Amino acid sequence: MQTKPNDKGKKTTMMNNDNVPFYKSPQFWKSTGIFWALVALVIVMAFSQPAFLTRPNLINILKQASITGVLAVGMTMVLLTGGIDLGVGSVLGVACMAAAYATTEEQGWPILIAFLIGIGVGAVFGFINGVGIAYVGFAPFIMTMATLSAARGIALVSTNNRPIFNLSEQFIDVSNSIYFGLPSLIYYFMGVTILAYILTKKTVFGKWIYAVGGNENAARYSGINVKRVKVIIYTIMGSLSGLTGVLMASRITSGNPVVGDGYELDAIAACVIGGVSLSGGSGSVIGTVIGVLILGVISNGFDILGISSNYQRIMKGLVILFAVFIDIRSRMRKND
Amino acid sequence: MKQILSMRNIVKSFSGVEVLHSVDLQLFEGEVLALVGENGAGKSTLMKILMGIEQPNSGEIQINGDIIKIDNPARALDLGIAMIHQELSPIPEMTVEENMFIGREINRFGFVNTRKQIQKTREWLAKLNIDISPMLKMEELSISKMQMIEITKAISYDSRILIMDEPTSAITEKEVMQLFELINLLKKNGVSMIYISHKLHELPYIADRVQVMRDGHIISVSNMADMNEKKIMRDMVGREISTIYPKCKNKIGEPILEVTQLSKEGEFEDVSFTLHAGEKLGIAGLMGAGRTELMSAIFGANKADSGRVMVKGRKLPLRRTSDAIKHNIALVPEDRKLMGLNLVMNVAENTTMCIDQTIAKSGFLNTRRGENLSRMMVDKLSIRIHSLKQAVENLSGGNQQKVVLAKWLLTEPEILLFDEPTRGIDVGAKAEIFELINQQVLQGKAALIVSSEMQELVGVADRVLVMCEGKITGELKGKDITQENIMTLASPQKETAGQAV
Repeated sequence: MQTKPNDKGKKTTMMNNDNVPFYKSPQFWKSTGIFWALVALVIVMAFSQPAFLTRPNLINILKQASITGVLAVGMTMVLLTGGIDLGVGSVLGVACMAAAYATTEEQGWPILIAFLIGIGVGAVFGFINGVGIAYVGFAPFIMTMATLSAARGIALVSTNNRPIFNLSEQFIDVSNSIYFGLPSLIYYFMGVTILAYILTKKTVFGKWIYAVGGNENAARYSGINVKRVKVIIYTIMGSLSGLTGVLMASRITSGNPVVGDGYELDAIAACVIGGVSLSGGSGSVIGTVIGVLILGVISNGFDILGISSNYQRIMKGLVILFAVFIDIRSRMRKND
Repeated sequence: MKQILSMRNIVKSFSGVEVLHSVDLQLFEGEVLALVGENGAGKSTLMKILMGIEQPNSGEIQINGDIIKIDNPARALDLGIAMIHQELSPIPEMTVEENMFIGREINRFGFVNTRKQIQKTREWLAKLNIDISPMLKMEELSISKMQMIEITKAISYDSRILIMDEPTSAITEKEVMQLFELINLLKKNGVSMIYISHKLHELPYIADRVQVMRDGHIISVSNMADMNEKKIMRDMVGREISTIYPKCKNKIGEPILEVTQLSKEGEFEDVSFTLHAGEKLGIAGLMGAGRTELMSAIFGANKADSGRVMVKGRKLPLRRTSDAIKHNIALVPEDRKLMGLNLVMNVAENTTMCIDQTIAKSGFLNTRRGENLSRMMVDKLSIRIHSLKQAVENLSGGNQQKVVLAKWLLTEPEILLFDEPTRGIDVGAKAEIFELINQQVLQGKAALIVSSEMQELVGVADRVLVMCEGKITGELKGKDITQENIMTLASPQKETAGQAV
């Protein structure tokens, strides 16, 4: 491709001089920027904190990242449609209780049933969100805040605020084992990521997700059933929240009704760091994964330094602001 | 006449690509200079430089003989240069007087002196013979009135150079005349204007001179008296355009779309008509007549209250756009950026948007087939692009419209609904779009064309239905399709007396 003006003299932004190989061009650095940020972050941590590169610490990071990651992958798809789900933490709480109830030593149902129950509970909440947003017309912010309240209430009421203990050994193994040197949780994260990647990038439905988020009106005028897309997306998000609830029940070896509080913040922060636009239509699952890892490393850093989790919340808020700022800036520059 | 502005040897490049090649522009006091050119010719870039939004790579700008640098829009305003944009953006909930004084409120210790602001606003409006109350909220005004306020605001900043960008694209014929009266008044007061417009037939009313640009060059600068539409078009496009409205020997066949008593409260009422295969049926009317709403209702995007639509004898469910698409109906919408394209996606992705599901392999995107089909359409419609992976937001208006058309042609429709198909498109691309419509009807397809430009319908349509305030007021065939007849039927009854055309 030569750098000559086209017939209409219109300025074009894709001026890639063919003499420079892709990996040296500015576009490469821009689109893989966050990956290098992660690499730089890891290097800095490794050198400044000897405790960082130890096996137990890295396993810890990966475990927490997997939990946030499953939620963040779902949140990515919701954000891509231009929506948001603020209730994921509470939904996972209900699912946690449901799964724990199913796998106590007394109840003794098979683990698969626990998974199905947890995911199912999440799916129901997700479906309700989707119908409220797509068919009734509630703003996603409002609708999912409502489910946040309702779900947390249900979780607390279910056992009168008391946790459920005595879960079966088998179930506890789900989140607390090591396979091939990696914590079991990471495999759930990877599996969900691969499926989400294929869905969003390789299927027609995935293209519709981007179309709805990018320009909902144009999508509708092109024959895409926008309402159906939204209901499906929120149901998927709910299911993934449910899955996370099951995994948490196993991880903390109990069904705790207050678990998950604030997890939506982590999920959204990870997405935003990973380059998902809050206005919809752009971003990717891969970026979110890197965002999850960056968030995980930063949180871990705070922990190693002994900084309390309250400061971590402030930090996450600032990180979100910063990442959105970068997104808006690059958007404005593109419009020039 | 005094030369008030001189731009000389202006060169501008973006990312190493030169888009303005040593361009000159002179403006004299009290004149209207029409600046015309196709999209991408460089007009907007030149004006952005004048407004301080862009900086030239080289060249000189003089105002009243002094060499100046326009670093930013605030500086431009200080120098007396103001622009009336194509898309107005006042603050809708605030009043006329508040908008006039935004950012420079008359106040004492922070308390706004509203009475004084209203008084000053009245003075300015009176000077320009504009009859609008300063107390009205901006959102209550029509686009034409908003535009007048915008102009008044610019004058209140003592602007001596006004740039007007497509000022008549969204206002009615009567309002256009009012605007021209205002422009002539401004001229008498020594204000100079650069008037950018695609509507060449309007220029003789107000322009003193006309400057044509093409591909970043100035092709000609002439007195308006020495130019005519044909010459201007030839300079804009670089070749003779025998006609924008190509003739075609289409054969009108069987009824293919029957609309019966379609109504929607507040939008259109009791609309009935028949569209035939091979026919080009025009729908004329003023803005607000309900044509777009009617098209959307037929297409299933806007739910009608009552009435019926039949396609080839079968009832068409009007609930979803996918129903219409299944019945081989396509809609090329009025606003391609809002309703026709996903600007972030590339050419191929937009082109296959309607058929992705059809060519999919078990739900997976069939990228290869999609790209082949896109490439075929790009060739067929002569869409000028670098590559299929180019983002559509970088294409010119005409090429964007062709992508929308390509998207719909891939669904192999039998009925094509066009809503303002040539809005915001330059002359060369307009001719191509009409040629494409002709090709479709010659193959037996049916075309419904909504257009606010009466000469388009006169030149293109076999039959014209005219709508006014939601109802069909008449049908014109053959020789009866004239601008006067359309105008008469399109105007609300109380205003037809003494109407200037």
